[in-house]
Formats: sequence, structure tokens, C-alpha cells
Amino acid sequence: MSEFSPEKTLDATGLKCPMPVVKTSKEIKSISVGAVLEVLATDPGSMADIMAWTKSTGNELLKSAKDGDVFKFYIRRVK
Amino acid sequence: MGEDNEKCTIVVFSGEMDKVFAAFIIATTAAAMGMETTMFFTFWGLKAVQKGNPTGTGLFGKMLSMINRGGIDRLGPSKFNFGGAGRWMFKKMMKDQNVTSLPELLQMAIDLDVKLLACLMSMDVMEITQDDLIPEVSDVVGAATMLAEAQESKIQFFI
Repeated sequence: MSEFSPEKTLDATGLKCPMPVVKTSKEIKSISVGAVLEVLATDPGSMADIMAWTKSTGNELLKSAKDGDVFKFYIRRVK
Repeated sequence: MGEDNEKCTIVVFSGEMDKVFAAFIIATTAAAMGMETTMFFTFWGLKAVQKGNPTGTGLFGKMLSMINRGGIDRLGPSKFNFGGAGRWMFKKMMKDQNVTSLPELLQMAIDLDVKLLACLMSMDVMEITQDDLIPEVSDVVGAATMLAEAQESKIQFFI
């Protein structure tokens, strides 16, 4: 799963709405523009929520995948 | 992040745990989505941003404070409170589900630069001073200030 070579990984597993999104928004600011953030979550709602968040903030969701119970998101910081 | 002028305004009128919880979930998420978010606490909503010390100058004001002196961790649910047992139960159920607690959500909102405003008129009625509110409440204002914020906001909530 290193095809995007994330600069950082955010472990949001076990967290419920809205924390995966809130933590993602904080964490994305800590990586450089153009870099990729990997987010791990177990909240099934995060699938739709991370997508909505990237759409509304203008960051790019490169990939979302389910690996067992864990959802993995690869997000490129756009600005 | 986000569009420059995306704003979200939330009027928090209710002071019950469940409703305040909804308000903070929306506020933190809106801020996380890049919206400039304002929460306007009025009437019972003031309970959420009170420090929790006794308040009031007159008899009625003091009575109000005796019945409910506020503080984010002291709010009871709108239903099934049963003199505090319900509050304990809901807190436990939320914790068991690993849901973020109200005090943590408040701190999160502060960290995300959510603007916290309090309504002066209802503070006067309930005999609550700015010193009785947590210092993160940046201003004590009137309805016009809230409406000016709401006017610029794409999204408004009244909770």
C-alpha cells in the first residue's frame, strides 16, 4: 500500500464521527502541499465523510480502500 | 482550505447535553471542512459555555444558578435525565462507543478556531456576567451581530 508514499499516516482507527474528519483536517496542515496523507479509520461512515471532506476542501482523494476492518484513504494536500 | 467566504453559523439556544452535542459535532466538522464557523450561545445555550460557578445577583438569578449552574460537563440530556442518572448513562454509553465527549468537543472547537459568541440580553436576564463564561467566548453581542454573521453564511442552524 505504499504506491502513494505517504508523508504521514494518521491513525484514526476506533474513532467515531466526526473525529476522523476533524483529525484529518488538522493533520493535512502538517504535511507539505503536494504530499500525501494516509488515513486509517474503522468508522464505516468515514468512507462517505472523507470523500465529502475532500470534495469540500479541495484536497484530492487519490484512493480509498478497505483492508479487513480498516478503511484506508490516500489524500493529496492540494493547497 | 475551502472557499474563502464559506461560513457556518450555529445558534445554540438549548442547554441540554444531547442538543449541545449535536451543535458541537456540526461546529467542529464545519470548521474541519474549512468553513469559518461561529456559535452564538443564547438562553439555555449559555449553560454550555459557563464556567460552572454560582451566578446571579437577585433571588431569581441565584435560584436559576442553584437549579442549573452550567458547565459543559454538567449538562443533562433533554429526555431521560432522571435527576442526573440519565446524564451518567449517556456519558457511559458514549464512552463505550468511543464517541468524543462534550468537553473534548468544546476544546476541539476552540482549537479549530470556532468563534464563540454569547448573547448579552439573555445573560442580563439570567444574571450571568462575562466572568461567568469560559474565556474562549470572544465576545458578548446582540442579535444583529449574529444575524450579520448568518447573512454571510451559507449554512445556519438553530439548535
